[in-house]
Amino acid sequence: MRTSILIAAVAVMITAACGGGETPKGDEKITLTIAGFGDFGFKPLYEEYKQTHKNIEIQERISEYAAHHNNLISHLATGSGAADIEAVEIGYLSSFTATPNRFHNLLDLGAKDLESTYLPWKWQQALSTDKKTLIGLGTDVGGMAMCYRTDLFAKAGLPTNRHEVSKLWPTWEQYVATGKRYKTALPDSYFMEASGNMYRAIVEQAPTGVYDDADKLVVETNPIVKQAWDLTVDAISAGLSNRLTAWTPEWTAAFGQGTFATIVCPAWMTSYIENNAKDAAGKWDVAAVPGGAGSMGGSHLALPKQGKHAKEAFELIKWLTAPEQQKKVFKSTGNFPSTPSLYTDPDLTGFSKAFFNNAPIGKIFSESAKAVKPQHQGPKQGDVFNAIGAGLGRIEQGKQKPDEAWAQVLADAKKLA
Amino acid sequence: MRTWLYKVDTRVSPYLYIAPFFVLFGVFGLFPLGYTAYVSLFDWSLLRDEHSYVGFQNYAELFKDPYFWNALGNTVSILILSTVPQLVLALVLAHLVNRPFIRGAAAWRLGLLLPNLTSVVAVVVIFSQLFGRDFGLINAGLEALGLGRIAWQEGTASSHVAISVMIIWRWTGYNALIFLAAMQAVPKELYESATLDGATSGQQLRSITIPAIRPTIIFVVIVSTIYGLQIFAEPQLFGGGGPNGITGGSDRQFQTLTLYLYEHGFNKGFDFGYASATAWVMFGVIVLFAIGNFVLSKRIRGVK
Repeated sequence: MRTSILIAAVAVMITAACGGGETPKGDEKITLTIAGFGDFGFKPLYEEYKQTHKNIEIQERISEYAAHHNNLISHLATGSGAADIEAVEIGYLSSFTATPNRFHNLLDLGAKDLESTYLPWKWQQALSTDKKTLIGLGTDVGGMAMCYRTDLFAKAGLPTNRHEVSKLWPTWEQYVATGKRYKTALPDSYFMEASGNMYRAIVEQAPTGVYDDADKLVVETNPIVKQAWDLTVDAISAGLSNRLTAWTPEWTAAFGQGTFATIVCPAWMTSYIENNAKDAAGKWDVAAVPGGAGSMGGSHLALPKQGKHAKEAFELIKWLTAPEQQKKVFKSTGNFPSTPSLYTDPDLTGFSKAFFNNAPIGKIFSESAKAVKPQHQGPKQGDVFNAIGAGLGRIEQGKQKPDEAWAQVLADAKKLA
Repeated sequence: MRTWLYKVDTRVSPYLYIAPFFVLFGVFGLFPLGYTAYVSLFDWSLLRDEHSYVGFQNYAELFKDPYFWNALGNTVSILILSTVPQLVLALVLAHLVNRPFIRGAAAWRLGLLLPNLTSVVAVVVIFSQLFGRDFGLINAGLEALGLGRIAWQEGTASSHVAISVMIIWRWTGYNALIFLAAMQAVPKELYESATLDGATSGQQLRSITIPAIRPTIIFVVIVSTIYGLQIFAEPQLFGGGGPNGITGGSDRQFQTLTLYLYEHGFNKGFDFGYASATAWVMFGVIVLFAIGNFVLSKRIRGVK
């Protein structure tokens, strides 16, 4: 008798700990949960939405980037626990579009008419490999630019005006050539923070990257993958890289200390530099990125199939990602919109930051975001780039010769196929 | 009737009292262990719904992967570099605060525990700054001494030293307290007569204290080994927020076994089958090391 009570008690404890405890209510009230990471800037928008949708209650769950996505994946695998609306960052999105069956197809829910609202490549990122399923609507994008130190450029005898600087490097080859000029003038300084971002930007500007359209890995056969590698290796052997590891204290400190002169700069990076190098105000400026186009980062809102209120949830994400709301989010957080209709809006085109010598970053980022050509991303996109990035790192640190590093990259990529 | 109930009570009750532990252990310990073994026999990705049975193929692949052996080597290296100095230091510290005439004994003893109360994230963040290549305090010191800078994260040995220092910092005081508790049970007369015979403090530590607290030393060695083989947060955070925190550097120079498991289970297609196989192999390695250490530390001479 006592044991059975005990077992029952334990069982209750376990179910209480595991279950979300959502019981369907009889009345009209519907609670939508939305799970994200960091700050999407949606909080004030919920109140606004509830004004017009009296029966909707919205609950937000925020966690840290990796934890959020790990939770999402385990909730999808176990079939319960996911929120009605889940934010998915581009680094994880392609692992879902390869197997889209765990998400509602937004094309069936009425997303068909929305395609022209978003940047074409942003739309395509959330399409399944067979193009028949759309799993998310785009929130922000990471339009790309090149941030550079005007004081170091002046010392090296390079132009400092952002228009002239942009003219220095229409292509990546010219960017590396400029770097060599810089290194000759200032041998103790570095031209770029690390080589990985440059490599990634070159490959992502090409029509086909590390995967072909059928999710087949083409690291070995797509010529641009090796060409970008060779150019990056050239930059490394010329001593242009400061070989910093992103997100370490060293990297953060270097922004303020000015040990390197340029960094590939998505929209969100500007806030990072601004917050971490307060003393360097006015020394940083923003020019166009070589190749003219690019985006790094950005998210989508997706609806897991286990959610019971697909229709209501779709209405909410449609509203949250509409141009008017993206503009409000941009104004409060700086997250860059994915809806091109805003790119001619004076609020965006006139956007600048004093920290960056009042560079018109709104205009620079929208131009590079508009110019991005859609490229198919495969299921292990991020892991493939990590393997290549590690190879470049081994060359930077003098542990391997370029040929050895490339051979190891190919072997690592083969294991990911 | 009553006597029967009484009999049942005396027979059954003790088991009922200990049952909660075993029920909880079964649910949260034994079941996951068994289920992990089951999953390890499948090609089991969290991203797909179908899981195909592959037998021991995950294990075969694991033993063939040079990155696995690299991770095992790194783990053992960090284990030795962190545990040995840690236990020696802990013994000495415990011996020092165990002296009868120390002022503010409680404050010293509490102070020992402080590093352990600090969150591991805070410890690693601070130490990563200290071990910074360009702006780190340690490199500034080395340079002032004319020794030159070290790229701590890039080298194999240097990254192992940096990580070990973080572990030593966090766990030395904790182990010292456990040693101290054991030392307090050693009869004072032994020390008094040793002092009368003219034994130094060091001699007393070697000839009285260590033999007397032998069981505690064995316990601490085994617990530290188990913990050391599962090191995760330190190398992960030391690598920064990018891919280095998964692979342990571009050359995998500080990837531990747990990081290796994390790399496969939570990246690279969320391959839980392979990660589960790794977990079981790790379990085996830990058991082997624990037994080995038990045998070794039993050779410490006991009190006769």
